[in-house]
Amino acid sequence: MKFKNNTVALDSTDLKILNALQENARQTYTAIGKSLGMAHSTVYDRIKRMERHGIIKKYTAVIDAEKAGAQNIIAIMTIFTDPKESDKVAEELCEAPQILEVYTSLSEELLIIAKVVAENQESLHEFIASSVAPLPGVLRIRTSMVTKKFKETRFSIVNNPKKLTFIKETHNKIGENEH
Amino acid sequence: MNSRILRTLPREKAFYFFTSIGNYTGESAASFKEFMNKISEVNVKSLEFHFYRGDFEKWIAEVLEDEFLAIEITNLREKNYSGAILKERLYNVVAKRYIQLSKTF
Repeated sequence: MKFKNNTVALDSTDLKILNALQENARQTYTAIGKSLGMAHSTVYDRIKRMERHGIIKKYTAVIDAEKAGAQNIIAIMTIFTDPKESDKVAEELCEAPQILEVYTSLSEELLIIAKVVAENQESLHEFIASSVAPLPGVLRIRTSMVTKKFKETRFSIVNNPKKLTFIKETHNKIGENEH
Repeated sequence: MNSRILRTLPREKAFYFFTSIGNYTGESAASFKEFMNKISEVNVKSLEFHFYRGDFEKWIAEVLEDEFLAIEITNLREKNYSGAILKERLYNVVAKRYIQLSKTF
């Protein structure tokens, strides 16, 4: 693991460990080490370092909301905003517990895209009408309700082929310099 | 009493016009007068959406605090108007009430 331009370059061992943790974060250092063919102490050291550097932010549970009895609806809001107020609107949205994700996007107009959860359509509308539309800088809102989920996965650094290439190159370069 | 109904409301108490669940038109009304004017400006789809959900009378009764107009609008809903006729009848009811309130203001 090396630092370059304020980012951390991970080597293939780090990536393998991250991949193992993303598969199952509750497995032991020994189990990870065994599956990857390395000592548990190496796994421990690498994980602790990645925790310290904020690469591993937290360990959490993935909950099946339906099985847990929650009959929620998910919607994607596209919020057209005054460019001067856009960041403020995005920050305000982040404060609302109903908002799961917030992004800004620049197409023809400045947009905020937000994923929102609500108990039902009425509570979704109530939330948007009383908490989103009144925010200064909101010009109009388009909302699409999710009807069927085909895929939902967390971003995996290991699944990103470009990143892998970059890391490999970085790793090789560092390796060359070290010699 | 009339001055209270005709007051300008803070932004968070305004009426926000939607065309369907979650689809905000960008139009809002923060007073009785502005609400009246918006009726003739907004897309009729938006009027139909709120009219048949009972949003108008709810806002008028609870926020503007005009029970009389709220009842008038509830009664209007029973006529099942839509499109341009709805827009015209709704505007007439609200404008009539506005004139009445303004006279005794």
